[in-house]
Amino acid sequence: MKSSGLIAGVAALALGLGVLAAGLWLAGYDATSALAALWRGAFGSWYAFTSATLVRAVPLIIIGLGIAVAFRANALNIGAEGQFYAGAMAATWAGLHLAGTAPVIAIPAVWLAAATAGALWVLLPAWLRLRFGVLEVISTLLLNFVAESLVSWMVQGPLQEAKRIYPQSDPIAEAARLPLLPGTRLHLGALVGIVLAGLVWYVFRRTVWGFELLATGTGPRAARVSGRIDVGRVTALALLWSGAIAGLAGGVEVGGVSYALFQNLSPGYGFTGIAVALLARLRPLAIVATGVLFGALEAGAGAMQRDAGIPAVAVYVVEGVIILAVLLADAMARRARTAMVLPDAEPEPA
Amino acid sequence: MTPVAEGAALVGFLAASVRVATPLLLAAIGETVTERAGVINLGLEGAMLAGALGSALGARGGPWAGVAAGVVAGAVVAAVFAAWVVGARVNQIIAGTAVTLACVGLTGTIYRQAYGAGGARLSLPTLGPLAVPGLSRIPVMGPALFAQPALTYIALALVPAVWWVLYRTRVGLALRATGEASDLAHAAGVPVRALRFWATVFGGALAGIGGASLVLAQVGTFAEKMTAGRGYVAIAIVVLGRWHPVGVALAALLFGAATALQFLFQALGLAVPYQFFLMLPYVLTLLALAGAVGRAKAPAGLAKDE
Repeated sequence: MKSSGLIAGVAALALGLGVLAAGLWLAGYDATSALAALWRGAFGSWYAFTSATLVRAVPLIIIGLGIAVAFRANALNIGAEGQFYAGAMAATWAGLHLAGTAPVIAIPAVWLAAATAGALWVLLPAWLRLRFGVLEVISTLLLNFVAESLVSWMVQGPLQEAKRIYPQSDPIAEAARLPLLPGTRLHLGALVGIVLAGLVWYVFRRTVWGFELLATGTGPRAARVSGRIDVGRVTALALLWSGAIAGLAGGVEVGGVSYALFQNLSPGYGFTGIAVALLARLRPLAIVATGVLFGALEAGAGAMQRDAGIPAVAVYVVEGVIILAVLLADAMARRARTAMVLPDAEPEPA
Repeated sequence: MTPVAEGAALVGFLAASVRVATPLLLAAIGETVTERAGVINLGLEGAMLAGALGSALGARGGPWAGVAAGVVAGAVVAAVFAAWVVGARVNQIIAGTAVTLACVGLTGTIYRQAYGAGGARLSLPTLGPLAVPGLSRIPVMGPALFAQPALTYIALALVPAVWWVLYRTRVGLALRATGEASDLAHAAGVPVRALRFWATVFGGALAGIGGASLVLAQVGTFAEKMTAGRGYVAIAIVVLGRWHPVGVALAALLFGAATALQFLFQALGLAVPYQFFLMLPYVLTLLALAGAVGRAKAPAGLAKDE
């Protein structure tokens, strides 16, 4: 099972890059040099790998883990972008007020603020889902737009820099900044992502709550009828933890990369994070791998634009094609299994 | 304010409400048909974006050629999505996210390829307002409702048309049956998969017109990611309008009015940061959903058939 999933993933990646190369060739670009630039930007050197690929991968991995927690309970949190921004706002606010403290206090304080803000940002959708049955797909999505406007106001209002020239905050206190791996821009957040992946794996595999998530996600009616699982409570908690983790990603980004709040801090991490989680089939350890893969694609895309003059956004086509290819491979595998079990079954009961 | 200025502000507010609502209504009325067949298309944002770029490219042959190109672009994107969710029966939310992601990349790349890296500002032939003789002379309502670009009238005309098809024709009945209980519909001889496919393509085509109306009737140019989430908002509007064409039209106008409030309040000179007016439509939609959804029923088979 596992190796077939890996083969499908590699095939999907090859297909995605093949589509990119074909498209570039049709558009009259030099596809070979473009792909070479992509590779150099992502894996060409130790510095590129750590400071471009992995730095990009950290928020994707953390958000992907948050998505996995919610999606495992079939709570479709599409609002990680907004929760990321909520976390970034809280982290900036906390980071600005922590001058003079020791890093061992400041850094956890920033993370706590960010995670709390992320959870609060998803509190309303969780409540609306429980109380009124509002689809969380819609409510979390709508709050993304609210978060973006709130950031815009923050950086021109309460959190704007003291000089009041640019729409951005002042840099956070030195104590709140994450230590870097010497000679690179890779920060402590990478470790956060790995530890969190292990934690989520443990929760999924070894705890009662992990089982409740799965039961709620795969068979809510059976879970409810069993009388042992409060489906509404599990769903709401899954959303809250998911929001907290996405918020933490925002705090880690501010503490490790930007040191300040500004608009467009996230180039769509909240949406790419969904793709990262889904491509890993919500498996925490696989999310680390897919996060690095998408981090590499986006880091490489930057190099492709600089060196080969190809718009970096082209890489989103690759990401889309990879997801569609994996979906198709899954569907075909499912069909093959069904055909083996039920050789005489009608192949397409609509 | 003087009474005359107040009247002008009111006309401006109503006209802006309708203007903002038009692309949303087009996309939402199409998505209503799609969801009634049991498919939720998060690729709608991508279809709208493709429609916007398609219309900008097609407008070299005049504005109506642009609209036609927008329809084709939106329909093609939705057909790809439908091939996956209806053909291979994969998860609709995931496939929709992937399609939108790919469209953001594709439109951005084609746009830069066609118009240069800096994205020189295009000036396209636009669809000007078209005054309806007589009706546009009605005080206040006339200039607000009946002096709009032609695509607004098309959007408004689609509301009763889609209602009629959904509730008064055999195709509409089959479509609704498909969305509620596809197994039963299949057993009754309804071509479930064909209906789902074409309902999704129809939704994409209308999202394409929505994108075209943004480019050709409002902004007059294309910009990357210019739909700015309108496709997603359209999906929320379908829910808010309870999957009924008339409800969807009212929900779209409500969202348009909430957006247009900022122009009114700015004219009044209120000292509230503009960002709060930008949030208002989304917050209102959220609150309205809480009030509306409790009593509404989604098509029973929505997003269920994997």
